Amino acid sequence: MNLASLSASYLRARPLHTALSLILLSLGVATIVLLLLVVGQLEERMQRDARGIDLVVGAKGSPMQLILSGIYHLDAPTGNVPLAAAQSLGKERFVKKAMPLALGDSWKGYRIVGAGHDYPNHYGATLAAGRLWEKPMEVVLGAEVAQRTGAGVDAKFAGAHGISGEGDEHREAPYTVVGILKETGSVLDRLVLTGIESVWHVHEPHQGSRVAGDQKDKAAEPDREVTVVLLQYASPLAAATLPRQINSRSELQAASPAVETARLFRIVGVGAEALRAFAIVLMVAAGLSVFIALYTALEERRYDLAVMRTLGASPRRLFGLLLLEGLVLALLGALIGLALGHLFAALLGVWLQGHQQHAVTGLAWRPEEPWLAAAALGVGAVAALLPAWRAYRTDVSGTLAQG
Amino acid sequence: MISVRGLAHRYGDAEALRLPQWTVAQGERWAVLGASGSGKTTLLHVIAGLVRPTEGEVEVSGEKLRKLDDARLDRWRGATVGIVLQALHLVRHLSVRDNLRLAQYLAHLPQDDLRIQDTLAALGVAGKAARRPPELSQGERQRVAIARAVVNRPKLLLADEPTANLDDAAAALAVDLLTEQAARHGATLVVATHDVRVKAKFRERLELA
Repeated sequence: MNLASLSASYLRARPLHTALSLILLSLGVATIVLLLLVVGQLEERMQRDARGIDLVVGAKGSPMQLILSGIYHLDAPTGNVPLAAAQSLGKERFVKKAMPLALGDSWKGYRIVGAGHDYPNHYGATLAAGRLWEKPMEVVLGAEVAQRTGAGVDAKFAGAHGISGEGDEHREAPYTVVGILKETGSVLDRLVLTGIESVWHVHEPHQGSRVAGDQKDKAAEPDREVTVVLLQYASPLAAATLPRQINSRSELQAASPAVETARLFRIVGVGAEALRAFAIVLMVAAGLSVFIALYTALEERRYDLAVMRTLGASPRRLFGLLLLEGLVLALLGALIGLALGHLFAALLGVWLQGHQQHAVTGLAWRPEEPWLAAAALGVGAVAALLPAWRAYRTDVSGTLAQG
Repeated sequence: MISVRGLAHRYGDAEALRLPQWTVAQGERWAVLGASGSGKTTLLHVIAGLVRPTEGEVEVSGEKLRKLDDARLDRWRGATVGIVLQALHLVRHLSVRDNLRLAQYLAHLPQDDLRIQDTLAALGVAGKAARRPPELSQGERQRVAIARAVVNRPKLLLADEPTANLDDAAAALAVDLLTEQAARHGATLVVATHDVRVKAKFRERLELA
C-alpha cells in the first residue's frame, strides 16, 4: 500500500469515469502525435530531397509547380527550356553546380528522369547492383522502383509518354536496366534514371518533325531541350542576383525550393492547425473530464478521506492522493495516446504505401513528444488541483459527526 | 493517560462541549454518556486530536496536544489512537487486508501482513482478509473496523456509538470485543454512547450534560 497504489485503487473503483478520461486524453495526445509525425516527416523528407539545391530553373509557369516537378517529381513539368540556355547557367559566376534534367516519361507510374551522373551523386546514391548508365537507353532503377516492379539488371521495358503511366508507350525504343541503386531515403528511390540523350532519343521522331516544320535549316540537328536545371550556389551572394537575372529572361523561370516549400507548408499548415486546435479541444475536454470525475467522486469519498485523517493521514497526504490520481490518469492517457499516435502513423504509412508514397512511419520519434507528455501531465495536475484542495480542507470532525 | 482541564469547545457561538476536569488512568475503560448533542463525539474528536478545542488543556499519553503542530498531531494520532466509528466507514473498494494495510501505511508504520493476519484472527475474521467490505455481514464489518483500529496497537482505543442499530446480542458482543481488544493491547478504552445496554458494562462513566 502506498499513495500510488491507493490512487490506482480509486481509479479502478470507478472504471467508467476513468475510461472516459483516458479515452479523451489519449485521443487528444494521439491526434497531436500523428500531426507531429506526419508534418515532421514530410518536412524532413522534403528538406532531404531539396538539400544542396538552391534554385530550380525551368520554363515559365507556377514556381511551386516547378519545384514540385523538378525536385520532388510530384507534379507535371512546366515545359521545356533550350539546352543552350541551360548550359549557359552552368557557366554563371555564382553557380557551383548545375544539373539539367529531362522529364516527361514514366514506367509503371515511376518517372523516367534523364540526368547526368552528378544527379545520383548529389544524393550520395550508391549502386546495389550493376553499373550506372553509359549509353542511350540504359537505365538505373531507384531502390523502390526495383523492389515494386521486380525488375532486375538486363530487364527491358518501354516507357510511357506522360507521367501518369497511362500515356502511349514508346514501344519502338525500349530501355534496358543496367543498374539498381541502394535505398537513399530520398526521391531517387522512386525514380528511373537514364542519360538525357535517352529522353531525346525516345522523343526524336516528334521533335524532329516539329522542328523540321518550324526551322528547316536546323532540321538535321534538332533543338535540344531539357526540362529543369537544378542549381547549387557557389556563394550566398548568388541568391541576391541570380534569380532576378534568370527571371528577366523571357523563356526561363527560377524558383527557390526554400521559398516554395515554405509556401506549401503554409497552405498545408491551415489543415494542420485546424487538427491541432481540435486536438487541444480534446485535451481540454479530457482535463474537464478528469476534473469532473475527481470532483464528483469527492462527495462519496468524503468519509474515506475523513477516516484516513483519523488513521493518521495529514491533509497534505490527502492532497497528494487526489493530485496523484489526476497525474496517474494523465500519465496513462499520455502513454496510450503516444502509442496510439504512432500506431495511427504506422497505419497511415501502410495505407500510403499502397499509393507509392511511403512518406510516413510510426517508428520514428519526434523531439516534441516528451513535451507533449509533460503537457498531458500538466492537464491532469491542473484538473486535480481543485479536488485535491477540497480533500486537503476535509473537515474530519464535521464529516464524521454527520454519520 | 488522559488529562483534561478547563476544556470548552464552541462551533461559532454554540457551545458544543464543556468539561472542567477529567482524568483517565492507563488501561481504564470508560463510557462517555449523554444525550445526543451533549458533546460526546466532540470530546472523542478532541482527545483524538481531530479537533483543536477553543479552550482548555488536553494531555493524552504524555503529549500536550496544543503543543503539537498539525503535522506532528497527525503522526501522533496514527501511532497512538485507534478509532472505531459508528458507521464503521471501511474503504469499500479495498479488501479487508488492504483496509488494515492502509491503517499501517497512513500511520507511517511498516506494512506487516503477519500482524494483520494475527489481528484479524483475534477478531475471528481471518478468513475474510481477501473480501471487500460490501461482501461481509454487518457483524463481520464491525469486527474488521475494530481490527483496523487496533492493528497499530494504539495506547488509546476510541469508539463512537459502537452499538447503534445493533440488536442486544450484537451490541453486547461489540462491547465485549472492544474490551477484549483493548485489554489485549493494553489500551485505554473510551466509548461514547447513549445506549443503556452499554452503560451497564462500564464501571467508569463520564456524564456529559
